[in-house]
Amino acid sequence: MFKIRSTYWLVAGLVSLVVAGCSTQTESYRHFGNSALSTTKKTETLVAVAPPPFTDGVFPCSTSECHKPTTKVNKVPHDVVFHADIELHHDEKNRWCLDCHDTANRNFLHLADGRLVDFKESYRLCGQCHGPVLRAWKAGEHGKRTGSWSGAKEYRLCVSCHDPHAPHFKPLKPERPPIHQEMIK
Amino acid sequence: MNPLVKVKNFVFGTGRMAFLGGSPVYYGWLLFLLILICQGLLAYSHQFQLGLISTGLRDSVSWGFYIGNFTFLVGVAAAAVLLVIPAYLYNWKPIREVVIFGEMLAVAAIVMCLLFVCVDMGRPDRFWHLFPIIGHMHLPSSIMAWDACVLNVYLIINLFVASYLIYCAYNGKKYNPKIVVPLVILSIPMAVSIHTVTAFLYNGMASRPYWNSAILAPRFIASAFCSGPALLLILFQILRKVSDFDIKDEAIQKVAEYMAYAMVLNLFLYGAEVFKEYYSNTHHLVHYKYLFSGLHGQTSPIAVYAWMSLAFAVIALVIFLIPKLRMTPMTMNIGCVLIYFSVYIEKGIALIIPGYTPDTLGQVYRYVPSMTEVRVAMGVFGIGFLIFTLMVKVSVAILFSPDRKVAHA
Amino acid sequence: MNDPTDISPAAAEPQELGTSRREFIIGTFYALAAAALASGCAADQLALDEFVQKHFKDLTPDELKKTIARMEKKYWEEYGANIKINATPPIPGVLYGYALDLSRCIGCRRCVYGCIEENNQSRNPSTPWITVLEMDKEGGVDLANADAFYDHEQVPAPGKFYMPVACQHCENPPCVKVCPVEATWKEPDGIVVIDYNWCIGCRCCITACPYGARHFNWSTPIIPKDQINTNTEYLGNRPRPRGVVEKCTWCIHRVRKGQYPKCVEVCPVGARKFGNLLDPESEIRYILENKRVLILKEELNTQPKFFYYYGL
Repeated sequence: MFKIRSTYWLVAGLVSLVVAGCSTQTESYRHFGNSALSTTKKTETLVAVAPPPFTDGVFPCSTSECHKPTTKVNKVPHDVVFHADIELHHDEKNRWCLDCHDTANRNFLHLADGRLVDFKESYRLCGQCHGPVLRAWKAGEHGKRTGSWSGAKEYRLCVSCHDPHAPHFKPLKPERPPIHQEMIK
Repeated sequence: MNPLVKVKNFVFGTGRMAFLGGSPVYYGWLLFLLILICQGLLAYSHQFQLGLISTGLRDSVSWGFYIGNFTFLVGVAAAAVLLVIPAYLYNWKPIREVVIFGEMLAVAAIVMCLLFVCVDMGRPDRFWHLFPIIGHMHLPSSIMAWDACVLNVYLIINLFVASYLIYCAYNGKKYNPKIVVPLVILSIPMAVSIHTVTAFLYNGMASRPYWNSAILAPRFIASAFCSGPALLLILFQILRKVSDFDIKDEAIQKVAEYMAYAMVLNLFLYGAEVFKEYYSNTHHLVHYKYLFSGLHGQTSPIAVYAWMSLAFAVIALVIFLIPKLRMTPMTMNIGCVLIYFSVYIEKGIALIIPGYTPDTLGQVYRYVPSMTEVRVAMGVFGIGFLIFTLMVKVSVAILFSPDRKVAHA
Repeated sequence: MNDPTDISPAAAEPQELGTSRREFIIGTFYALAAAALASGCAADQLALDEFVQKHFKDLTPDELKKTIARMEKKYWEEYGANIKINATPPIPGVLYGYALDLSRCIGCRRCVYGCIEENNQSRNPSTPWITVLEMDKEGGVDLANADAFYDHEQVPAPGKFYMPVACQHCENPPCVKVCPVEATWKEPDGIVVIDYNWCIGCRCCITACPYGARHFNWSTPIIPKDQINTNTEYLGNRPRPRGVVEKCTWCIHRVRKGQYPKCVEVCPVGARKFGNLLDPESEIRYILENKRVLILKEELNTQPKFFYYYGL
């Protein structure tokens, strides 16, 4: 399975730092005077936070031994041997690997009509089913954004937060509760 | 005589009257008050060093015992004057000479009020921010700012009238009615306003449904008319015993009769409030549940006081409604003590704490006053009683000692 | 009426000796008091300056600069940290608004602790600015049965939903109305702020706030030196003294420089949204126009600029 949950926080944090660092070089939004902010109604600057990492040593798949272009592929849904750690909990009754992953080019995903989609634009694939969510995400309502409310924002791909194979959020350990006021002495 | 010398003579003369020539009981009482004050000062210095964390107050219940005492004493201050003012206006002789005690009680009560506010402040060093001109008085919108105004004006008026009357008597002159009567008339609306404005302080908080009731101010006035006169009646009887101060039974009976009306009104208004909450049975009922029983299966620490206050009020009402009981000194005094403590508990505990419990987000903090709060409060009462005792001693010496019975005719 | 002057005890006593003795005592007292005052002032000019300090809005730019310099020095002595205090003005044409998606919040309290660190809140005693309430899904928003102290192994707990509450930055703020000394007010960009050097600690505002948003410094706040956030704002997250009220300012030190508030940045589920209500293209306006929002205790007419909504 993609180790998204365990590595996400570290990576997202690092990436945010990198992005923030880059943006200070390319734009001056962190060093503005306040008057500059008020007048501009700019086209919104959106900066992608890098997507979560793939499983170590697996990607890109096309160069690996596993998926050679010449390999014959059984396109009927069946249990696969290698990716056994991936448990699909994403409409698994109706869908399987090759509905999203491209048979011919394993480095890409594909839309329902067969067009290839880069992993960096995976939201296009998700949006085929989750149209309203995609719309809300583009408007900044769905999903987390960081950076500047008035300037450059860092956005995340769907897969930054949701495991595409099991998109439901996993429960978290909460931070400790506040101290009862009776205990404050 | 040079007026300055006259004032100096007056100050030192009355000072001597206050401290000299008392009975052993008197000095014992003064010593007791001094001990109260000293332990209060010690407790306050503890609070001053640590901050208000030494109280039981926390974010959920941010006002408590101090502000409850403050509220109660505003009522005493208002009622003390309202009770005796008709004597001036209608020239009704029997309670004429007690007017000055009402004013002195008001002075002592307001001083205690201001002290309770001071000890409750997080930053008493910034008290001057409340002053006009050098500070920022947030008028007209802040009721707290209004309260500070009316309390101080009321204090000044009463302090002036009381000391002016004593001063005139001391110098054997008749007071000038052109000075006194307008001030006394002014103090009527002032007395009503201090308690009304204090009620509005709570009443205006839409965030606290427990207080957000239109009859809160009338209830304040009604309860004050129970507790203030109760204190005065007991005081008059003590003075009658220990000095030549002569108050007629007729006057005492009249005051007791007024108190009976006030008690009926007090309980009626309270009942109206309780009916509204319990019958409509909205979410706001939780505060009454906390007051009378408890929440989430836990008995409230104040429930016992709430019932005690109610029981005292009912028993006192019965005593005062039956003329025979009301006219018997023994039962009347019991009634006075009961109603005094009923109102004290009601204002000190039952008014403030349920307003905050549960808090605005539904969380229950079971506030009980800390030892520091109780000790500081005792100290403040010590100061108030000391002021009042000394003033009474002086005025009795001037107005009612056989060789000096002058001027107040 | 007889004349009591003759028998006045004051008149009956010999005056000369008493008066001169008294004068001597009084004179000595004044001299001592003056000396004590003078030496005290010299020793602690800072304390005197702090005592007579004016209301934030009355400070001239020059006085403000001096005041800030004095505070920074004091913070250096207290915390050993080089705390920088800004007095960033509001941005013209901006009115802040906040939205929180109740269907996404999982009650993890990351915001609570992010806020504590960002805003130099006391660690002991700790009275966090954000309270996360846990309520039953079947009961809806029911504060009377809300629990702020839930302590589960994992959240969200089955059948529960979560509602974080902090300052709602009301357009009609009751806390501002009741303050007797104008120590708290609404800025032109809608943020309700407190001048910690003017607050007298009467706690009227805590009583008036329907959202439990205001917190009092019951004792001197304790912040570990290595955890101080040195980027501070005068009306925001600079360390507070004991005995004054504090609350959320939507990270005024961040948002006036264009950044998101800290709680928006740390929320792991993206439930928190922030922006300019006057900008029709902002995220916050999108939510107001496309989602069903609710405000807390709308019947009190406080008109919060904090909107809860159901994104799903």
